[in-house]
Amino acid sequence: MSGYLVFALVFWLLAWAFNEWLVQQKPKDRRVARLIGIAVPLLFGATLLVIWECMVHGFSIPSILLPAPSAIWARILSSTPILWADFQQTFLKSVITGYVAGCGLGFLVAILIDRSPFLQKGLLPIGNFVAALPVVGVAPIMVMWFGFDWPSKVAVVVIMTFFPMLVNTVQGLSAASHMERDLMRTYAASWWQTLVKLRLPAAWPFIFNALKINSTLALIGAIVAEFFGTPIVGMGFRISTEVGRSNVDMVWAEIAVAALAGSVFYGLVALSERAVTFWHPSVRGGRA
Amino acid sequence: MTSLFRDRILPVLTVIAAILVIWHVFVIYLNAPFVRDQAARAGETISLSQIIERTFAQERPILPAPHQIVAELWDTTINKAVTSKRSLVYHAWITLSATLAGFGMGTVLGITLAIGIVHNRAMDRSLMPWVIASQTIPILAIAPMIIVVLNSIGISGLMPKALISTYLSFFPIVVGMVKGLRSPDTLLIDLMHTYNASRAQTFWKLRWPASMPYLFTSLKVAIAISLVGAIVGELPTGAVAGLGARLLSGSYYGQTIQIWAALFMAAGLAALLVSIVGYAHVRVLKRMGVKP
Repeated sequence: MSGYLVFALVFWLLAWAFNEWLVQQKPKDRRVARLIGIAVPLLFGATLLVIWECMVHGFSIPSILLPAPSAIWARILSSTPILWADFQQTFLKSVITGYVAGCGLGFLVAILIDRSPFLQKGLLPIGNFVAALPVVGVAPIMVMWFGFDWPSKVAVVVIMTFFPMLVNTVQGLSAASHMERDLMRTYAASWWQTLVKLRLPAAWPFIFNALKINSTLALIGAIVAEFFGTPIVGMGFRISTEVGRSNVDMVWAEIAVAALAGSVFYGLVALSERAVTFWHPSVRGGRA
Repeated sequence: MTSLFRDRILPVLTVIAAILVIWHVFVIYLNAPFVRDQAARAGETISLSQIIERTFAQERPILPAPHQIVAELWDTTINKAVTSKRSLVYHAWITLSATLAGFGMGTVLGITLAIGIVHNRAMDRSLMPWVIASQTIPILAIAPMIIVVLNSIGISGLMPKALISTYLSFFPIVVGMVKGLRSPDTLLIDLMHTYNASRAQTFWKLRWPASMPYLFTSLKVAIAISLVGAIVGELPTGAVAGLGARLLSGSYYGQTIQIWAALFMAAGLAALLVSIVGYAHVRVLKRMGVKP
């Protein structure tokens, strides 16, 4: 019993001390520095998992409350087909479709109203307002309108992602300074040329900000919409039914998949941001 | 004054008017099939104007007309006693209390973490990536389990919902406060060094005041998101009380007007909370002598 707890405590202290030591290092080699940058958070995460595992065994917490990480991992391995089907239904069908449609629509509308300051002044405050609203609330209505299958989830995701994208794009399009715009005027650039060569590149940081916010919003929207009615597949459906059947390890397996999918999705967006906005100070970071 | 009207109010009013017009068109378009069906079943032929008239007065419309929602809101807030379970004020209050509790805990947690991250390099390196990763986990999906698990160890009612709100709201505060506490530039920090200021003095006299604008910007995001957390936290408890429960029971029984009324109530609540924080923002900055 207490052996687990002592081990957890010792492991925690050791990992902490090691991390403290690691961050004090100032290696000359850039690759080593980067390795340390990755190792520190990884060690922290591993420590959390070890403490979790040991707490579950040490205090003999019933698995219905909190299963050990090893049990969750076993569950993931044993029910991969179900997890994959849920992932397909929720992530590939609802989230990706809705994300692309919502972000694309927000972007297009922002470009369309770009030439009308009147519409901008009217839509921006409303967009800001809606972005602060609990938009997930429209989920039951969308399920009523578009049925139980994935189109209703796509609709929720589109509504959730549209406004952050619209607001950020409009803001980004006005980010280019007057000097630069005047320069484009002296080149006799058309509105279109100014847009493609000056204002869109200047807007990318804002647009990627919205894309990052939306990547987490989209997953939340799709899963919550499944609570309101769904065919017998999907992450939200699985979570709510398995909670009812007290299969907590299955729920945690589903959560692990969702967390992994969400992190990878976010990571991909962040990586493409680094590639597209390589010139931005926050990406260069003054290190290179 | 006229320029304020021309530049701010008129465009917004125009867009709202346009939304209302589109809404009414959709009310007719979406609800008309049902009216036609009903008329066909009753064996009567009805004119277009009759169809339009009836689409605005259905009991369970696909899309309720705005005036129906306003009527429902009026009926459930003013005409019902506040303690009644049919009063929207009662449900809004339950959601609001969970929101505020979660928001308070999230703020304290967020500020504490941010202070730790700013002052300890190891914490910064190891914690910050996980704070960001924690937000890619769709906590709202885990909400039902958190509530069931906490229920089984005897914590129920307000606390589980508040915890979900806490989890959602601490993130923007950590990010904003880390930025804010680091916002004083080297010149100012060096000045504090020349004064031989201790770490605590630097914190209270320089970093903390400098972080206020960042704090309030994050607070606005955080309070909106804790309302979302509280509403979603109410879904899996089986529709007992709160705005989320109104949404759920509305969707079970096809009461579209009830859903929309709850949505509007939630929107109003969000607007109220955000504007309170915004007002506090302005007041605090004014007290600190910041020029707008």
